[in-house]
Amino acid sequence: MLWELPLMPQQASTIAHKVDALYLFLWGMTAFFTLLIFALILFFAVKYKRGKVADRSNPPDTDHKLEAVWIVVPLAISLMIFGWATAIFFEQVRPPADAVEYFATGKQWMWKFQSPEGKREVNELHVPKGRNIKVTATSEDVLHDLFFPAFRTKADVLPGRYTNVWFNATKAGTYHIFCAEYCGMQHSLMIGKVIVMEPNDYERWLASASSGTAGQAAAAGDETPAQAGERVFTQHGCQTCHQGSSGALGPALAGVPGSEVELQSGEKVKADDDYLRESILNSSAKIVKGYQAVMPNFKGQISEEDVMSLIAYIKAQK
Amino acid sequence: MPGAANGVFEMPKVTYLNAQEGIKSWLLTGDHKRIAILYLISISIFFALGGVFASLIRIELLTPGPELDAEMYNRAFTAHGIVMVFMFLIPAIPAVLGNFLLPIMIGARDLAFPKVNLLSWYLYMIGGLLTLTAMLMGGVDTGWTFYTPYSTTYSQSYVFLTGLGIFIMGFSSITTGLNFVITTHKMRAPGMTWSRLPLFVWSQYATSLVMLLGTPVIAITVVLLAAERVFGVGIFNPNLGGDPVLFQHLFWFYSHPAVYIMILPAMGVISELIAAFSRRRVFGYSFVAFSSLAIAIFGFLVWGHHLFVSGQSAYAGIIFSLLSFIVAIPSAVKVFNWTTTLYKGSISYETPMLYALAFIGLFAIGGLTGLFCAALGLDVHITDTYFIIAHFHYVMVGSTVIAYLGGIHYWWPKMTGRSYPEFWGKLSAMLIYVGFNLTFFPQFILGYLGMPRRYHVYPPEYQVLNILSTAGASVLAVGFLMPVFYLLWSLKYGPIAGPNPWGAKGLEWETASPPPTFNFDATPIVTQEAYAYDAEADEAAYQAALQQDKR
Repeated sequence: MLWELPLMPQQASTIAHKVDALYLFLWGMTAFFTLLIFALILFFAVKYKRGKVADRSNPPDTDHKLEAVWIVVPLAISLMIFGWATAIFFEQVRPPADAVEYFATGKQWMWKFQSPEGKREVNELHVPKGRNIKVTATSEDVLHDLFFPAFRTKADVLPGRYTNVWFNATKAGTYHIFCAEYCGMQHSLMIGKVIVMEPNDYERWLASASSGTAGQAAAAGDETPAQAGERVFTQHGCQTCHQGSSGALGPALAGVPGSEVELQSGEKVKADDDYLRESILNSSAKIVKGYQAVMPNFKGQISEEDVMSLIAYIKAQK
Repeated sequence: MPGAANGVFEMPKVTYLNAQEGIKSWLLTGDHKRIAILYLISISIFFALGGVFASLIRIELLTPGPELDAEMYNRAFTAHGIVMVFMFLIPAIPAVLGNFLLPIMIGARDLAFPKVNLLSWYLYMIGGLLTLTAMLMGGVDTGWTFYTPYSTTYSQSYVFLTGLGIFIMGFSSITTGLNFVITTHKMRAPGMTWSRLPLFVWSQYATSLVMLLGTPVIAITVVLLAAERVFGVGIFNPNLGGDPVLFQHLFWFYSHPAVYIMILPAMGVISELIAAFSRRRVFGYSFVAFSSLAIAIFGFLVWGHHLFVSGQSAYAGIIFSLLSFIVAIPSAVKVFNWTTTLYKGSISYETPMLYALAFIGLFAIGGLTGLFCAALGLDVHITDTYFIIAHFHYVMVGSTVIAYLGGIHYWWPKMTGRSYPEFWGKLSAMLIYVGFNLTFFPQFILGYLGMPRRYHVYPPEYQVLNILSTAGASVLAVGFLMPVFYLLWSLKYGPIAGPNPWGAKGLEWETASPPPTFNFDATPIVTQEAYAYDAEADEAAYQAALQQDKR
C-alpha cells in the first residue's frame, strides 16, 4: 500500500502497550523541551535583533539558581524515566515461571523453531494466544537477533550460549519476525512470521498438519523435545555412564538442572542451560566433584537442536 | 554593516599561505595552519566519498525490493560508516578547526610539537589510503562495528586491511590529542588563564583527553581481531573458546567515547558562534566549560548501553542505563546556557549564526531521543532499528556536521582572508536544515514500526517513510554541495575580509587574515576574559552608524 503512512506498530503482546506508553510520554517530553527552547530562541531572536531597540543593560553573566534548576529538573525527570523504563525491562527479561518453552536456532539465514509439542517449523512460528511463551534461542554460526516488533521485544541470539525472549500474545494475527543483528549477506532475508492463533485453532493446527518441513519431520517425527532428547541420549550411549546409580562413571542427571553443582576445584556453579550445554559439548571444562574427566567432548557431533532436546530430556527426569 | 566594511581592507603581503611556496613547502610544513589546510582538503574529499556511499544506501531504500545486490549494499553501508566515522567525524573539527585555531586562540606561535602534528596528518593519510585501498579491492561487509564472530571467521572481505587502516588512523588521533593537551598546558600567552580560555579551547582539551585515553583501546581491539582472524587465536569466537560479547565491550569502550570526540568540539564551536553573533559572554561560562569535562569523564562509563540486548547481564544493563541518563545532564546544561546567552544580546543572523541556531534545535532532538535509547524497556524494542540510525544522525550530522560547517563559515575569512557571498551561505544552511530533517525524522517512526537497520529489502508498509527520507537526502546533498562552489569561488573573487569581519572578540581576530606564519607579530598579552563583549555598547554604535547612513 504505497500511500499508507503508519505511525505506530501493531500492539499484540501484554507488554506492547506499556512500551508504547513510555514511548509516547518521551515524545511528549521531547516536544515540550524542543518547543520550549525553540520558543525562547525565537523570542530572544526577535526581541534582541541587532538594530532593534531593547533594554540590554546589565546582562547577567551567570546565575547559580538558574543553573541549579536546569541541572536538578532534567535530573529528576531522567531518574523518573529510568525507573519507569527499568520496571518494563524487568518484565521483558524475566520470563514468568509458568512460561511454555519453545526453541529457536538461528543460522545464516534462517530461523528454525520447535514447539514444546514437537512441531518443527522454518521461518514460521505458530503460537497460541494468551499463553506465556518463552523462546530459548541459540545460533549455529554468527550473532543473530530474534526481534518481534509487534511484541516490543527482542534478544541477541549468540553462538555458544542460550538467550531467551518471552511474550504473551494478545491478538490473533500474523506478525513480523526480523533478524535485528547484522549477520552477513542475506541478513535482510532472515525474516519470518509469528502466527498467533486462538487456543482452539492452535490445537487443531497441531493435530492436523504434520511438521512444516518434511525433511526434518521424517527424521524427528513429531516427538516432543524431551522425547527427541531421550532418543539422542540413547543413540550416543549416554546412559552407560549416566545411569543414575552411585557407583556410575558419570553423575546422575535427575534433579541437576537448576541446582548448584560443586566442581572438582571446589567452585560451585548453578546448573543452568548454558552449564548443561557446555557439559555436553565441552565436557572437560567443568568436572563435577568426585568424578573423572572421562567423558568425550561432543562438540561437532551433536547439532544445536539435539543439544536443546537433550537438555529438555534431562529437565524432564525426576 | 559596521565591522564588515568590505572593500576598505588590503590583503596582508606575507601570510602563512604565501610565506613559502611550492608543493614541498606544504608537504613538509610544521605550521599548524598549513596542516589544518592539508586536513581540510583530505577530510572534504573523504566526506564527499562517504556521501556517495550514503546516496547508494538511499537509492536502494527507495523501493522495498533490491536495486543493488545484497553484497554490494552491505559493502556500501559499511563503507559509509567507516569513512564518515573514522575518516571524517573524528578528525573533522579537532584536526581542521582545532589545528588552525587552538594555538592562535591561546596566543601561541604554534602547537607544542609541530613535527608530531605533521606526523599525525601523514598517519591519517596512510591509514585512510589503506582503508581506501581495501574498498577499491572490494571492500568490507561487516558493518563499521565489526561484530565478531562474523568479522573474524565468516566474512569473506577485506577486514584485515581495513582494520590496519583504522589502527594507523588511531595513532593520528592520539598524537593530535597529545599535542593539544600539552599546548594548552604549556603555551598559553601571558594572562591567558584557564578561566579566560575560549570555550572552544576547553572543548578541544576535553576531546583530547578522550582521544588519549580511549583510542589505545580501539587499537588493542583491532589487534585482537586480527589475531583471531589471521592466526586463529580464540578470543571472540565461541568455537575457538572465545566470547563474542567481549568484542562488543572492547569496541564500545572506545566507540562510545568516540561519540564525544565528535560532539564535544562541535559544542565548542557553537559556544564561539553564539557569543560572537549575540555579542554576549557565554552565559554560565564555568558551567559550560566543566560540563565538557563531565561529558568526557562520564562518557567513559556508559559503553554498555550499546549492549542491552546483547546477552549482557540485566543488572549491568541497569547500571549502564542509569549512567547514560546522568551523562545527558551536562549536555542539557549547555543547551540551556546557550539559549540564555541570547538574552539581552545584540543578535545578528549571518550564515554561521544560522548554523548555530540550527545546531541547538537539532542537538536538542538528538539528545532527547538519546533518552529513548537509554531507557531500558524502550531500547529493547528500538535498538538495532532505524530509530537508532535517526538518533545518532541527529547527533553526528544534525549537530557535529552542522557545527563543523558553521565553524568553517565563521573562520573562513580568517583562514583565507576572503569572505563568501552571504546569500548563498544562508541558502545552503537552510537547505541543509530542511533536507536533514526530512531525511532523518521519518526514520524515528520507521524504527519504532520495527524496520531493522542494515536491511536492503524491507516489507512494503515501510516504503512511504523511506521515500520521504530519500527525498530529504537529495535536498541535503544539494545543500552540502553548494558551499564547495561558493567557498572555492571566494578564494579568488571573495571580498577581502580584514582582520575581524564579524566584530568578534578573541585573539584570533586580533591578528591579520590570513595570519602570518607565527600568528602574531609580538606575543599578545591577555588582560581580559574571553567574550568581553558589550552588547549595549555595540548596539549603540550600530544605531549611531545607521543614523549616519541615513544622513
